[in-house]
Amino acid sequence: MKRFKGFITKEFYHIFRDKRSLFILFGMPIAQIMLFGFAITNEINNVDIAILDHAKDINTTEIINKISASKHFNINQYIEKESDIEAIFKKGKIKAVLNFENDFSKKLVKEHQASIQLITDATDPNTANTISNYLNAILIQYQKEINQDITLNYQIIPQTRMVFNPELKSVYMFVPGVMTIILMLVSAMMTSISITKEKELGTMEILLVSPIKPIQVIVGKVFPYIFLSIINAIIIVTLSLFIFKMPIQGSILLLGLESVLFIITALSLGILISTISETQQTAMMISLMGLMLPVILLSGFIFPISSMPLPLQLISNIIPAKWFIIIIKGIMLKGVGIQFIWKETLILIGMTVFFIVLSVKNYKIRLE
Amino acid sequence: MKTILYIIQKEFKQIFRNKGMLPIIFVMPIMQLIILSNAATFEVNHIKFGYIDQDHSSTSRALIETFNASSYFNVIRHYPSENLASSAILRGDIDVLLNIPLYFERDLQKDQYNTLGITINAIDGAAAGVENVYVTQLIQRFNTRLKVELTQTSDQFVQPEIIETIPLFWYNETLNYKTYMVPGILVLLVTMITLFLSGMNIVREKEIGTLEQINVTPIKKNQFIIGKLFPFWVIGMGLLTVGLVLARLIFNIPFLGSLPLLYLYTSIYILVVLGMGLFISNFTDTQQQAMFISWFFVVIFILMSGLFTPIDSMPKWAQHLTEFNPVKYFVEVIRMVMLKGSGFSDILPNLLKTTLYALIMNGLAVWSYKKTN
Amino acid sequence: MSNENVIQVERLTKTFGNFTAVNAISFEVKKGEIFGFLGANGAGKTTAMKMLIGISKPTSGEATIAGFDVYKHAEDIKKNIGYMSQKFALYDDLTVKENIAFFGGIYGLSRKIIKEKSKHLIEELGLVDVANKLVGALPLGWKQKLSFSVSLLHNPKIVFLDEPTGGVDPITRRQFWEMIYKAANQGTTVFVTTHYMDEAEYCDRVSIMVNGKIEALDTPKKLKAQFKVEHMNDVFLKLARHTE
Repeated sequence: MKRFKGFITKEFYHIFRDKRSLFILFGMPIAQIMLFGFAITNEINNVDIAILDHAKDINTTEIINKISASKHFNINQYIEKESDIEAIFKKGKIKAVLNFENDFSKKLVKEHQASIQLITDATDPNTANTISNYLNAILIQYQKEINQDITLNYQIIPQTRMVFNPELKSVYMFVPGVMTIILMLVSAMMTSISITKEKELGTMEILLVSPIKPIQVIVGKVFPYIFLSIINAIIIVTLSLFIFKMPIQGSILLLGLESVLFIITALSLGILISTISETQQTAMMISLMGLMLPVILLSGFIFPISSMPLPLQLISNIIPAKWFIIIIKGIMLKGVGIQFIWKETLILIGMTVFFIVLSVKNYKIRLE
Repeated sequence: MKTILYIIQKEFKQIFRNKGMLPIIFVMPIMQLIILSNAATFEVNHIKFGYIDQDHSSTSRALIETFNASSYFNVIRHYPSENLASSAILRGDIDVLLNIPLYFERDLQKDQYNTLGITINAIDGAAAGVENVYVTQLIQRFNTRLKVELTQTSDQFVQPEIIETIPLFWYNETLNYKTYMVPGILVLLVTMITLFLSGMNIVREKEIGTLEQINVTPIKKNQFIIGKLFPFWVIGMGLLTVGLVLARLIFNIPFLGSLPLLYLYTSIYILVVLGMGLFISNFTDTQQQAMFISWFFVVIFILMSGLFTPIDSMPKWAQHLTEFNPVKYFVEVIRMVMLKGSGFSDILPNLLKTTLYALIMNGLAVWSYKKTN
Repeated sequence: MSNENVIQVERLTKTFGNFTAVNAISFEVKKGEIFGFLGANGAGKTTAMKMLIGISKPTSGEATIAGFDVYKHAEDIKKNIGYMSQKFALYDDLTVKENIAFFGGIYGLSRKIIKEKSKHLIEELGLVDVANKLVGALPLGWKQKLSFSVSLLHNPKIVFLDEPTGGVDPITRRQFWEMIYKAANQGTTVFVTTHYMDEAEYCDRVSIMVNGKIEALDTPKKLKAQFKVEHMNDVFLKLARHTE
């Protein structure tokens, strides 16, 4: 035990001597959480649009005023002819053009109908679709105003209650995601690298012939990273509480325990990677290239899993990050207890055991 | 010149000899492009929907049938009580809950209007917004039907004035997400591979001690650097080529613009990334540090690139920050050239900024690479 | 051995902050000489050597290597010297042949010459069977010999060897020194640092560094006489004790 303690102390020395890595290790979550909390949003705001107004009459002017008052739109340019549209889309700044037909007001009064062409740059389908929805909403509102005297009968009026995130803040969505990605990559990457480094430098053999048991070597290498990751988790949660006013509806203790569990899952994945890679370079590329995009894309961090094609929904089940994101959202935002997330917890435990068993097996083959 | 060739030759040999790395450099990015491009969608469908029907009237059944028929709502579940329904939301079984109260139909007929409680799990605010739009649209459509059914005779004397919108979705009429995402993800993969490889490369020689051996040779700084970076440049361009072919064959992504233009831009863009990798390499002592720093920047670059979330929606200061993000420029350019057919003059601002960036990064890289300390 | 000085060092100094690693050392080395550069770990040998080969800038003092000034013409020096570092510095993931070709190439040798030299060298070292094997798979002693030969590939005027025989067996060490003698006979100046005091006996002249200063410099024979001892080892111990 005393030997073991000495070994862990050595690992801590390694880490704390390396000031640059340490700075990044702690600076990174802070920088990322701030950046993403403040900057990243999947709302659509301030979209630059252009107006092509053939009518220039009272109704079109009113509509344009309404649009420019909306926070979603920013009227950037007025153009005179259809042929300009292609050119401005190709420049890329303007995402939509509103084309009012000739004699707009006249038609509205005489024929009770006038039309607006809404041309969107649909290279980004999400923005295009959302722009179209927002503009429709503005036009429907305007239509109601000009038809005030006509009342409509038999209405079911939906009263929507947005639960868990009434203000629809995207930070509620991103904080659990950023926390997951940081814990996942830091833990998996750092352990896989630090173990392969000893392998590459040949110091692993020295450790293995020493009286320290192999399992102690691994635990000793991993332990400091558990410690660092926990500190990281605390930093992230604290920032999200105080800066982004994210609630913790559920139990802090449970959140802590689940985070430790997830950190251990990630570390055991790191150990597994280290057993299959010979050089640090390979270990890094596996943990970076292999984990980064899947964790960002398949975990439900940005894109809703339920909208993905079925095969991908199935694949997403093997991403530990997916389950942890469900767990944190549950505890922090929904305020649920273990009775609602025991399934996800068990899955994470199962994955951890699987990774460890596989690592031990790989390791034995190597020794023979 | 000849010296550079020797270095290039050596680097290629080392890359192709490392059997562990080859699949990571060539197979993994391609797999990811094929698989992950399908995952990146903001479309909201298959919404997990549940309802409570306490009214059991023909109107309530008709209303539920409307949701059932919609392609957006999936997995219709029925809950007998509010308690059960709300714990289903907590468990994550459903995201949208419709609650039809007792006497719903009776009150509707009596008062000519009635309210209906909808609960939406809003943790994903953007998805919740879209779900709300869908629900509202469905109910509005239902209202129109209701009116026709319940007021067979009532003619409207005043015809309302209607503004009709005709939406036209240019460049991507079917609003296909893959068209948008595949080029972007390709950019990411090219960036990650070239940055990680170049970031690790020199620091690796530093760690194993061969760099010192190189430093006592008469080789010139820029010869060495060019020789080192050229192979990664080739790998980056190769990856782009494979990616473009796959985009065409598997995802059927259009390529409207000029291929040489895209290659011209990419060839300069990769220089930015390589310069950055080298700069990182020069400032670090171990591969671990180099990787860590590269990772830090890559995550920020990815999420601030406009690839997944729109830059226009960011606060102004954050939009200014993205000006320093090379990935942003490439994502813009590849989408413009491939999907819109933008030409040289359209991407010129991005091309110029990228060139400037390349000059600065490589200048810094050469400057910071010291043969002497 | 001629009288031409190929290394001339005058009060060369290197400080890191408050610490003076190399303290005003002066010496000269003649063409074709085997010059032993001795000292305990941390005495400043490696730092001094790095200044001479142009990868570390001196804080003060003068040094001329193969007629070139270390401040102004570091790159010219590099063309005229060979260097074998303490760490093994060939590429493990290249073959014997590829390593030779690579280093020959960056020293600007023509393909033809590289090919000839490579063939000759591989035969001489008895590496024919493993010429296409990765260097990483060779035993340490072979690697060291190969490394030394590679550092001589471009016929440098001076070759700097930083503890070349660390960790190899006595027979290989012997062979290694034979290679050094051969190089010296052909007119190459050999500047070698070592731990092994028996090796010091093989040198034409040795200097002994203690705490950044050269405390003794002469032929092994004269040094032994001066300190009235039988072996170089005792010279070394006396000096070390003396300064403690």
